[in-house]
Amino acid sequence: MLAWHAVLFAQDRFPRPEFESGYVYPEHQMPLQRAPAWEYIDLAVLVCALTLASWLALKKRSRQGLVWLSVFSLAYFGFFREGCVCSVGSVQNVALALFNEGYAIPLTALLFFIIPLVFALAFGRVFCAGVCPLGSIQELVGFRPVKLPKAVESLMISIPFIYLGISVLSSATNSQFLICRYDPFVGIFRLDAPYTMIVFGSLLLVAGIFINRPFCRYLCPYGVLLNIFSRYSHRHLTITPAECINCRLCEDVCPYDAILPSDITRPVQEPGKERKRFLVSILLIPLFVIVGAILFRNLSPVFAGLNSNVRLAREIRAEKEDGVVAVSKAAIAFKEAGKTENELFEDEIKIHERFRMGSLWLGIFLGTSFGLSLVSLSTRTRRTGYVPHRGKCYSCGRCFEYCPVQKNNKATNEKS
Amino acid sequence: MKEGKNIYQSRRDFVRNAGKILVALPVIALPVVLSKKVSASGNVWQIDPHKCTQCGQCKTNCVLTPSAVKCTHNFRMCGYCDLCGGFLRQGTKTISTAAENQLCPTAAITRTFVEEPYFQYTINEDLCNACGKCVMGCRDFGNGSLYLQINQDLCVNCNECSIARNCPSDAISRIPDKVQYIPKEKI
Repeated sequence: MLAWHAVLFAQDRFPRPEFESGYVYPEHQMPLQRAPAWEYIDLAVLVCALTLASWLALKKRSRQGLVWLSVFSLAYFGFFREGCVCSVGSVQNVALALFNEGYAIPLTALLFFIIPLVFALAFGRVFCAGVCPLGSIQELVGFRPVKLPKAVESLMISIPFIYLGISVLSSATNSQFLICRYDPFVGIFRLDAPYTMIVFGSLLLVAGIFINRPFCRYLCPYGVLLNIFSRYSHRHLTITPAECINCRLCEDVCPYDAILPSDITRPVQEPGKERKRFLVSILLIPLFVIVGAILFRNLSPVFAGLNSNVRLAREIRAEKEDGVVAVSKAAIAFKEAGKTENELFEDEIKIHERFRMGSLWLGIFLGTSFGLSLVSLSTRTRRTGYVPHRGKCYSCGRCFEYCPVQKNNKATNEKS
Repeated sequence: MKEGKNIYQSRRDFVRNAGKILVALPVIALPVVLSKKVSASGNVWQIDPHKCTQCGQCKTNCVLTPSAVKCTHNFRMCGYCDLCGGFLRQGTKTISTAAENQLCPTAAITRTFVEEPYFQYTINEDLCNACGKCVMGCRDFGNGSLYLQINQDLCVNCNECSIARNCPSDAISRIPDKVQYIPKEKI
């Protein structure tokens, strides 16, 4: 070990030569980053695209316009800007900045996180409709939508919540950025990636021909936030431009299962029964929260494996206690670097503590989400027309052309 | 009947409005909470040459092919040796620029004669694939003037650098984009 250090630090072995021939030292080349101003142009494009998407979805009601906007976003945010600085990934930057000292979040990342949420609160998920490059690439390949069985669908839409929770936990503990690591399409945008990434992305795109937007529906962690925000949106896309006539033409056109049917024909249930179910599901929330908290707190050692220092400490401990020789590159580098094992183990304990705390909150979050989704199952709004589900609707505008009701010509409608 | 419906509607409205405020609050609070931690300029990824162990991960883990990591040469630290540990493969019989003697697998180092007995070694960044072999050679047998740096002109500045995730010695970290490089200097 000591000899190795002697080698490492005895690096001034040969004195600098004194040249006699008038030799001039070449420049020490350090080319700077390519125009950081691009990030601010990105922001401007983001705001413009979101405004345009809101106008196209809510006012102009043009599916064609939204498709062209998707093409533009895919070209600009996807292939031109190569998929980096994206709102989906910015969740992690925010989590990292919130829970770690010494990381200054770039202003652009913070704004990329906030602006689409603000738009969701105002106009619904217009970000998904035609601005997000990941959504756009899937929207453009969705030719033959098929519907999944309801049970499968409702099971699958819980995955993004878990994915969001784990990736926030991972970035808040400064471990790794899972969302970026498993981003399926960034390899396609860059036209250069490990083959696993390309295979995953291509598979999703092929699946997306039939099951539209598989990433958005069953994986996207940012979609969870947009889903929640959009539920309370000030205004939202409507299927019909005027009054719904309950013609049922739009009933089956939504590939995302986001059209809530009108229920004027449904018989009125006993109010007492419904109220009882509602109360029971409300009372169940604390139970789910407690179960979730206990379950995930006990799972925290599993999550701690996301952290490379924890993995290294485990490997070193296995070598020390069980005699399993540590062969990973990290272990070799650790032995070279001269950090003591005790320092490493102390570090591990600290990281474990953070993971325990984080997993507890993850369990609480998932328990609450699960409880609230049960509550929403037991509440029924009476709808007199077909309306989009505000959380699930991507504002893609597929349903517009199926609505026979015309705007501004009530008179002609009445005449006919 | 009509009255009952109104109460029902207003209760719904109350829940909606409460929800609106509840979700809007974090969005308003976030910039305030993070106001001290926001930097307008941002970060870039860079290798700390003093931590780097030349494990070869930079060559394979960058999202770009070839890697955005390049070998950099601080000429002011270089000994301009004839027998260069960064240029020549260990155990070569003759000191020459013959291909079989070169350590660099892509022949990215050019050796030019300056004056007796000094030779200048220049890195051709277009050929360099960041394998780090020359860096290790120079570290072990020379002055350590060769070192790996992320070329910011090539780097796409991923949100999380995929080399950083795999770097066994934690040598890659975010640095403010005003600096962009961690040069090795002569102490």
